[in-house]
Amino acid sequence: MAEIRLERLHKRFGRVVAVREVSLEVRDGEFVVLLGPSGCGKTTVLRMVAGLEVPDGGRVWIGGRDVTRLAPGRRDVGMVFQSYALFPHMRVFDNVAFGLRMRGVPRAEQVRRVREVSELLQIEDLLDRYPAQLSGGQRQRVAVARALVIRPQVLLMDEPLSNLDALLRMQFRAELKRLHREVGSTTLYVTHDQVEAMSLGDRVAVMREGEVVQFDTPANIYEHPATRFVGAFLGNPPMNFLPAVVRWEGHEPWLQVGEARFAAPREYCQALRERRDEEVLVGIRPEHVVLGTGPLEGEVLVEEVLGPQKLLTVRTLGHLLKVTVSSQASVRPGDRVPLDLPEAGIRLMDPRTEQALDRSRNRAAVSGNPGPLV
Amino acid sequence: MATYAAALTLSAWVLAPIALIGLAAVTSREQLYRWPRPFWPQPVTVETLAFFLRQEGVVRALGNSLAVAALTILLATALSAPAGYALARYRFRGRETVQLGLLTTKMFPATALAVPLAVAFLRWGLYDTLVGVALVHTALSVPFVVLIVASVFRGVSVELEEAAMSLGCSRLQAFWKVTLPMALPGLAAAAIFTFILSWNEVFAATLLTVNHRTLPAFLVHSVVAEGAPLHFRYAGGFFLVLPALVIIFLIRRYLLTLWGVTVR
Repeated sequence: MAEIRLERLHKRFGRVVAVREVSLEVRDGEFVVLLGPSGCGKTTVLRMVAGLEVPDGGRVWIGGRDVTRLAPGRRDVGMVFQSYALFPHMRVFDNVAFGLRMRGVPRAEQVRRVREVSELLQIEDLLDRYPAQLSGGQRQRVAVARALVIRPQVLLMDEPLSNLDALLRMQFRAELKRLHREVGSTTLYVTHDQVEAMSLGDRVAVMREGEVVQFDTPANIYEHPATRFVGAFLGNPPMNFLPAVVRWEGHEPWLQVGEARFAAPREYCQALRERRDEEVLVGIRPEHVVLGTGPLEGEVLVEEVLGPQKLLTVRTLGHLLKVTVSSQASVRPGDRVPLDLPEAGIRLMDPRTEQALDRSRNRAAVSGNPGPLV
Repeated sequence: MATYAAALTLSAWVLAPIALIGLAAVTSREQLYRWPRPFWPQPVTVETLAFFLRQEGVVRALGNSLAVAALTILLATALSAPAGYALARYRFRGRETVQLGLLTTKMFPATALAVPLAVAFLRWGLYDTLVGVALVHTALSVPFVVLIVASVFRGVSVELEEAAMSLGCSRLQAFWKVTLPMALPGLAAAAIFTFILSWNEVFAATLLTVNHRTLPAFLVHSVVAEGAPLHFRYAGGFFLVLPALVIIFLIRRYLLTLWGVTVR
């Protein structure tokens, strides 16, 4: 096991900058997820750690060793590919043993370690089959076994669940968590699925256009998105955004949304001092919006029942808000309802830069304040 | 409906002569000259084929053809495999141009090359040698073989090679242990394609040889210069067509995906 340190990694493909000055640290035994929409550079970062791509600038350290220019096979990493990349002309056993053979592990030891990892992944009965004879989920297990059997210093996974159907994906997500707890390997995991990122990661690095926008624990990222993009990308449904104007009354700042007046959260006092009578962006999660009381009025347009909760689309001041309420709430499309934006749920952002106004928190987050270790 | 009719007509156009040659080749000599000739030979006999093989020079020409084809396969594969791999795997400046350039060489009429080539071969001492013919055949087949090989390598996922490398292989080992075994059937198809091209090539073979003729060159010479009899021609035609027929049937899957696009 070892830690991974990325130092100002830079990579261009032709004129396109794929990864821009990315610095990141994955602690020993930590599970870090790189999350972002397609084309944000997350896979390129992973491939540079694996050695499948050579960075144009910056360094990759694994376990205190500079591996930036080292061949993939000599970095001591295990990689799980999106397509699984099992060798079709070899049986499962030979697939799993491949890395051991390349390392010159004696035959008896090979058999022992393949057995051991097969038990861990419950593929003992499949060792004599060819990959073509396996289901998607089984292939997935074999791919993970093949990467784990060499006991790599770090485990790299590139969207390993994206080829599975929804139910299998959920099962395997839990399985990966169990595996990480048992093996404890330092893991860097790439996905575009925010649910996966939130449920798997000790910490999540949200990427956009080649840069890390926010690197923090899933809870912190969800509750305190560093930018409007993060707020909209994480969470289903995404965060709501409304324009507001900052007003001051003596020593108390408040927010004017339309004609309605809302208390501004305390932690923004400092930032709002410089923004007297300027516009800010109010971000609020759908579950924080309160229905049935409050100074705003909205019209319910759509009602979607999602089991214990239902999702409402409410129009207010020409904006559409997503609001989650209990399924028992008696609101119908067409109803006009009062709305409240409670202070605790309000996040403020600069409407121009779309950055969160509580910068102090973000700075701490990007430099990586300790998240819980598994 | 019209499509099927067109397809049937086309197939008949191509296949009927082949079928007639095949039937004639297993017809006895007397029946072949009788009028009207029965459509279905009675009895089916190998007499004509045996007569053909007994003719002086035929077996030697067959042997020459095989030798030239083998040498061509060897040379063409050695040249095309690395080129095809590079086209399939690497993105480099001018890749498209190379690919197109390979095809445009086929637009150059071989006839225009005939005299300079003969002169050059005379100078180099390659005239009337099997190696010389094989060299020309290699030059003729390389453009196609490169494209076939590239499509074969494209069919082997890059991720497989990367997985092998992440498990400790060098690039060469990854190619040797993963890519090559998986590309083998396709490479065999490319080799077979080369074989047919060399086996049926008549122009260069006729032009560049006198005593060491390959089978097509030998046949052309027999027919044109010596006016060989009808049954000899049929049997010869049969031997020329046979390998191509068998082989095309075996590799058509690869021919259909020649440029990475599967034609259905």
